This record gives sequence, structure tokens and C-alpha cells, in this order.
Amino acid sequence: MAAITSDVEVEVRRPRRGVVVGILLVAWVAVYFVLRGIDTLTLGSQETTTLHRWLTDHRDDLGQGNVVFDAIRMTVDQFVVLLQNLLAQPAYGRPVPVIGWLGVVAVAAYLAWAFGNWKVALLTAAGLGFVGLQGLWRESMDTLALTIAAVLLSLLVAIPLGIWAGLSNRAFRVATLVLDLMQTLPTFVYLAPLTLFFAIGPAAATIATLVYAAPPAVRLTAHAIRSVPAESVEAARSLGSTRSQTLTKVLLPMSRSTVVVGINQTIMAALSMVTVAALINAPGLGDTVLKALETLDVGVAFNGGLAIVVLAIVLDRVTTAAGDRPWRTASRRRRILLAAGAAGVLVAVWFSRTYVWAAEFPTSVNIGSRIAVTTSNLTNWVQDVFGGFTYGVRDAVTKGVLNPLEALLTGSPWWLVATVVVALAAVLGRWRGALPAAVCSLLLVATGVWHDSMVTLASTLLATVVVVAVGLVLGVWAGRNRRVDTWIRPVLDAGQTMPPFVYLVPFLALFGTSRFTAIAAAIVFAVPVTTKIVADGIKAVPVATVEAANSVGSSNWQVISKVQLPVARRAITLAVNQGLIYVLSMVVVGGLVGAQALGYDVYAGFTQSELYGKGLAAGLAIVLLGVLLDRVTQAAARRTQRFPRRGDKL
Amino acid sequence: MTAQLEYPEVQDSDALLSIQGLWKVFGPKAQRVPHRPDLAALDRAALYTRTGCTAAVRDLSFDVAPGEVFVVMGLSGSGKSTLVRCLTRLIEPTAGSLIFEGEDLRAADEKRLRTLRRSKFSMVFQHFGLLPHRKVIDNVSYGLEIRGESKPDRRRRAQEVIDLVGLAGNEHFYPEQLSGGMQQRVGLARALANDPDVLLFDEPFSALDPLIRREMQNEVVRLHREVGKTMVFVTHDLSEALRLGDRILLMRDGGAVQLGTGDELVGAPADEYVRDFVRDVPRADVLTLRWIVRDARPGEPLDGPEVGPDVLVREATRLVLEADRPVKVVSNGTLLGVIDDEEILAVVADH
Repeated sequence: MAAITSDVEVEVRRPRRGVVVGILLVAWVAVYFVLRGIDTLTLGSQETTTLHRWLTDHRDDLGQGNVVFDAIRMTVDQFVVLLQNLLAQPAYGRPVPVIGWLGVVAVAAYLAWAFGNWKVALLTAAGLGFVGLQGLWRESMDTLALTIAAVLLSLLVAIPLGIWAGLSNRAFRVATLVLDLMQTLPTFVYLAPLTLFFAIGPAAATIATLVYAAPPAVRLTAHAIRSVPAESVEAARSLGSTRSQTLTKVLLPMSRSTVVVGINQTIMAALSMVTVAALINAPGLGDTVLKALETLDVGVAFNGGLAIVVLAIVLDRVTTAAGDRPWRTASRRRRILLAAGAAGVLVAVWFSRTYVWAAEFPTSVNIGSRIAVTTSNLTNWVQDVFGGFTYGVRDAVTKGVLNPLEALLTGSPWWLVATVVVALAAVLGRWRGALPAAVCSLLLVATGVWHDSMVTLASTLLATVVVVAVGLVLGVWAGRNRRVDTWIRPVLDAGQTMPPFVYLVPFLALFGTSRFTAIAAAIVFAVPVTTKIVADGIKAVPVATVEAANSVGSSNWQVISKVQLPVARRAITLAVNQGLIYVLSMVVVGGLVGAQALGYDVYAGFTQSELYGKGLAAGLAIVLLGVLLDRVTQAAARRTQRFPRRGDKL
Repeated sequence: MTAQLEYPEVQDSDALLSIQGLWKVFGPKAQRVPHRPDLAALDRAALYTRTGCTAAVRDLSFDVAPGEVFVVMGLSGSGKSTLVRCLTRLIEPTAGSLIFEGEDLRAADEKRLRTLRRSKFSMVFQHFGLLPHRKVIDNVSYGLEIRGESKPDRRRRAQEVIDLVGLAGNEHFYPEQLSGGMQQRVGLARALANDPDVLLFDEPFSALDPLIRREMQNEVVRLHREVGKTMVFVTHDLSEALRLGDRILLMRDGGAVQLGTGDELVGAPADEYVRDFVRDVPRADVLTLRWIVRDARPGEPLDGPEVGPDVLVREATRLVLEADRPVKVVSNGTLLGVIDDEEILAVVADH
């Protein structure tokens, strides 16, 4: 008995973490009222620090004149220009690209048919026809050319790396480490440092896209090679295959469908990054949307966003169909049809080089302007009718939650915030949390944009709380109910394939330009991934465990709170982590619609040359915030993990 | 460890494959384990705590005669699958020698090893190890393809073995379209296609239904009769071992427990472990009269019927029980002894 009571006492004496966190926060608020306004490190939007000016002055030193970077830039630029000449821009002394619209549609549909099926071929033709009718043919082709360039370069790098990581354990460990790190970096942050090396333009855009788009292909190729059954490889070896025979005749063919999934993800990532790269002057649809957002022209922005979504859907469906294609070799009938189709495509390409009507997309029917006008009218109508309501919601949330939170973060002395952050990290994740928190806080001060970082942090925290709440509810619902899952999943998939720009448009219509708009867009951007991870985690709870809980008479709520959520804890911490990262990666995009702070700093850095250094520092600050939040949540997750994980050594 | 290996010895010169002191140790610095007597003597648990190593195969020595079906049997984890992979160095042995047709396999370089695998050895796998992206006929001709034979040649040869294993008519299916038993026939055909001297089987039928398993065992018996290949057959199924094996090597924790013919294992188990292992075997189906014959007692009548010593007990039961006097066991005109109801019933009724 004695032993038991003493155990209980030990439990009681150690206060729960929640209580400690609560006390910390209350203490912070109390101190804030005493010390507010001191050491806040405020910096006006046009003001810069010595560091920023130094960076601005040295922007050309690294990139230009450096032989290696110049060579890379020239090569990539030429490659992009070649593709643009082929598809988009007037080239080689002709007023039209090498292949006109008819040829492009024919080639694209043919490829979709050959690698996928006739349904996606029809979809391809219809999709390309639609963006043409929107009056965005050239912009779409620019985007397509950049995407193709980036995807080809990505695969050129990613597939061999993936194979290497698939064959060698050491390479696999290194690759996993690097890719994990790359995934925690907010994507838009690549842009700023890359312009330092490759100057603003297509080369930097392509390389930024490459960095963003290559990881999924590396990961999935390695995964595919590693999951080929050991017996098939052994069988090949036992028959005397050489290493290269094993690779080309066994490993690669058997990895095909998974590699195609990787290529699909690479293409989708490339498309969304290519549109975002409009921030550094990449041509295409992203530029259309960006310009429209700058002038608050919701109609034109929506038209451009719609074209991006159409391209995304076409590319996604075609590559998915290509991955689903079975092993079988084509039947004789299909082979004959394919040959006939190839001839037809050649004829179409010839037409598109010979006749103006087949070269330039006809402008007689332009539904683009009608879409833009309709959207504008609809927006106006919505603002007239619901404006009071939506603006009311916006103002209520801004005044009631966002402003106090922001005031607390920005009004406290920097050392107070840093202390609280480190203390919280220590409580949640011991030294694993505290150490990165301390380092990141100090570096944030060093960037000179501490104040802006705190504004961004306030929005990020608010958005993340909403994302996690919504994601948990939807995820648990979908995880427990198969029908809900089948309905919700395509919506989530669509949400994930849409490039982030597009999210802004409807929110701009509803809420005008404000911090709240950016938060709402970030929430919509991050909810799908959070929901999916939670749903998968809930679904992975063994059926027998749930049945056991039901058999002792648990209510639904008890099953959720006492069985499913605790068992899925690992998935849920991952969902929180990913939600945070996704919210943070919308920061720069949010800067376009009034999010101010870091997002605006980065954007201003791209557009105003004298603010370049500050933009770079702000980009770095976003990375630091990302690393800080990522490390702390990961460390907290590790501590929460009471029972050993699968695969852990016991 | 080699004490048990004094059973019917095949002369060294006759052996097709001769294994001496073979070790496979997994773990850090595995090399040292076979070479240090103090480590080599440790049992599995002690070895793991001392060194972090596991000896999957420990100090095995045996010969496989040409044309023999040599069965390696043991429970899962006994090292039998590792052993069969060591024979062609799919897994590199840690120590010991492998002599095949007088050639030291452990000294062979990568190229020589490939040549041997392409022409002398073939393996059949538990989960078939087929290539899902190739049709049956292309799976079967894979081995011929990688050694560079022309397409007509390998088509012809593949068709031959496809007919041989009873797959005719399925050439243009993909593996996933076939049942498990049919898939393993593809595995068998692939192994036979490059006309090897030795066929290695790694628990080939344990993933199959019992009925299909029996059918495939008969298939192996038939093939052995028709093509007369040497076979090394790994299984955890005692009845399979007894059905197929000329000789059986029983393994436990990587070491040999007993090596002998099926009736030797059942009739003269080397220790308690083997006795336990063969406990449920219907002894009358395995033991021959040689195992139960006794000397005639003085005054016993010796004018009963005669039988040979290699007749199974089950087959002789009726004869002995119906005869009104002891049955004589005669080999080449020599009287080995007699058998009475008592001896027969001791085997048939015993369990």
C-alpha cells in the first residue's frame, strides 16, 4: 500500500504541463501591462538596418561574375526560352510560336491518350481549349513551358538521386534527412536567396521550382525501389543477372507506377511554384493573377486563377491515368490506332505552322472577359448583400482576437517574448525545444525585422488554431465515416492541387484587403493537409481496438476521446506541425492582400530594389519562424510519445 | 557439432556439392565468431548478448550426391533459408568451404559466380519472386535472356519447360492472373529453363493450399524422375520432407541436429528434439521392416512367407497379421530375422 500511495503523491506533486503553460501565459500578460512599449524593435516599412543595406549593396556580388552560377543561369535560361519559342512566344522571325495552338492541343491530347486513356485525352483537349477561350492562351503556354522546363530538370536530378537512395542505405539516410529539412522550409523562401545567385528572371524561377518540386520524385523513386519484393530481386540474382540487368529489368519496371505518382506530385508542385514565381518576374498565368491582385481586380484575377486550376486538373488527371495504366503491352488494335493518331498529330502540327487560324488562338469568342465581368459583378453583389456581414465578422475577429494577440506579441519587449517562447518550448519539449527556440529567437532579432516577425507570428498562430480545430473535426469525422471520407477526399485533393495564389481571389472578394483575408486564405490552404493526416491517423487505429472499446459500452465520444485520438496521437501532432508549416508558407502570398509584416517585406524586396536586403532578411525571418515552430512542435510530440513507436528498438 | 554427421557418407569424389564447416553470422564484426572457439561454442542467446551477432548457420558440413533430393528441414528461424542462399552465395558465407564439381565456389569472382548461376544452379522461391510486368513466357525465359540467347532460341526453350511443368496455354497471361499454384509452376519453369545441374527450393510450397501443395509435391517427384536433377529442398513441413527427401538434414538454431534418411530420423532420432519433431509421424508409413526385424527365437517355425527388408511396415501389415507363423525377412537370400504380430502392432498401434 505504501508504495502505491507514494507513487500517487509523485504524480500529484508534479504539476501538469497545461497548468504550467497557463501560469506562464498569465504572467506574460501581467508583465506586458507593466513593460509594454519598451524594446519593441519597431522598424517602419521603408526603414532598413545596416544588415539590410549591406545585403542590398552586395546583391550582385554573388550572382554576377561568378562563372558557375552564370553558366547555370545561361543554360537554364536558354532551355526555358527554347520551350517558350516552341509553345508560347513569337520565335525565329515568325510572329507566332513554332507550334500553334492546334498543334499543341493535338500533341497534348495524343500524349494523354498514349500514356493514359482516351478520357483524359478528351479532358486535355477540352481544358486547353477552355484556357484558350478565356483569352489566356499565351499566358497558359508560358506557364506550361516553365513548368515543363522545371519538371524535366527536376526529374533529371530527382530520378537518379532517387535510384541511388533506393539502392544504397547510406544515401537513403542522407536523402531523408535533407528532404525532411527542405519540407519544413516555407516554399516561398527559396525565391529570395535564389535571386541572389541567379538574378531575377526565368532561370531563378525555374531553379526555385526545381528545388521545390524535386523532393517528392526523389522520395517516391527511392521508396518504390526499396519496396520491390526482395524475392524478385533475389530471383533475378540467382539466375545470374548483373547489377545493371537487375536495375533495368527488375527494379525499374516494378517501380514504375510509384515513380509515376512521384512525377505527378512533382508536376503539381512545379505548377504551383511556377505561378508563385511571378513574384520574381516569371511570365505566365501567375503574372496575370499577381497584376490583377495588385490592382484589386477580382474579376481578372479569378479568370487567371481559373485557368491555373484548369491546367492543374488536366496535368493531375493525365499523370494519374498514366500511373494507373496496367503493365500489359498495347494490343495490336491500340498500336495501329496510336500510329494513325501520330500521323494525325503531325498533320495538325503542320497546319498550325501553315495557317494563321491554327497558329493563333481565335479571339472572336473570348469568354475570359465575360468571366471577369461576371465575377466582378458577382463580387460587387456579394459585397453589397453580405458585405455588412462578412466585414462584420472580419472586424469582430480582428478586434476581438487578432489585435490583442498582436499587441501582446509586438508590444512586449523582445527579450520578454523570447524568454516566454524559450520557457514554453522548454516546458513542452525540454531542451530539444528550448535550444532551437533560443537560437531562432536571437537570430530573429539579428535579422532586424523582429517587430514584423511578431505581427506575422500573431496571424500564424491564430490561423493555426483554427486550422487544427477544423482539421480535427473534419478529420475525425472522415476517419470514422467511410461515406464522409469518400465525399470529402476529392474536395481535399482538389484543394491541395490548387496553386496557393488562387485561394486569395474569393477571399479578396469577401473580405477586402486586410490581415484577416490573408488568414482566411491560409486557413483554407492548410485545412486539407491537416484533415487528411488526421483522417488517415484515425483510420489507422486497429478495428479490433475500436471494437474492444465498443464492446465494453463506450459512447461515441468516449471512443473518440479515449481510444481513437490517443492512439492516433502521432498523426495528430504531425497534422498540427504540417498545418503550421502550410499556414506559414502562405505568409508571402498573404502579403499581397494586406497581410503586411514579413509577407509584405519579402514582396517589397522583390519589387523595390532599395528594399532588396530587407526582403531577404524577412525571407530568412520566415524560415526562422518556421524552424522555431517546427522544432518546438516536434519536440513536444516526442515528449507526448509515451509508448514506443512502431519500428523503435525496444 | 559435426558429431551427428556420421550417417551414410557419400564418398567425397562422388559428391556434386560438398560443404565443409559453413558459417553465416549476422551482426557487427561477424568474421571473428567462427574463428574464435570461445565465441563459436556459445549458444544463440549468449552469442547475441556477448557480441550482438546471430549465427544463422553454424558449422555445417555435408555432401550432396548427384541426382539426390537433399532436404533441409527445420522450424522458422533455424537458418535453413540462409543456408540455401549461402550455397550460391546469394548470401555471402562468413566461413567454411563450398566445393561444387571440384571447384571452390568461395574463391569464384563475381563474373564466374554469375556464369555458374546462369548455367549450373537455379532457385525456386517461397513467394515465387516472379516479375509482375512480364508475361509467363517472358518470366520463364528471363534467365535465358540475361545470358544473351536469341529470341527464337529462348522462346523455344521456354515453351519446352512450360509444357513440362503443365503450364501450356498460359504463356501469355501475366503472373497476377494465375492462381498461387500456377504461379509457382512458373517459378519452377523459370528455374528449369536454363537447364541447371542443381535446383534449389526455398520452401516453395508453404504459401500454397494443402491440396495444391500435395499436387506440386507430386509434380516435383515426377520432374525428378523425368529430368533427374540434383535438388536441395528447404521445408518446415516434415511430411513434405519425408515424401521428397532421399536424405534429410534437420537444423536447429543454425546447427545440424541430425542428418539421415527419413526412416533413420523416425526410427533412430538423435536426441529428444528430433524425437519430439517426428512424434506425430505415422511410423508405419515411414519405417521399413529392416527397423523392426528381430532374430528368430529358438524353436520358432521358419517356414512362413518371405518379404524384403525395404518393404514399408504399412505394406507388410496385412501379410504378417494374416500369416499364422512369423514372417521371414530375407535380403539377397540371407535371412535377416523374423517379424511377428507383436512387432507390427508395436509400430502400427503406437502413438
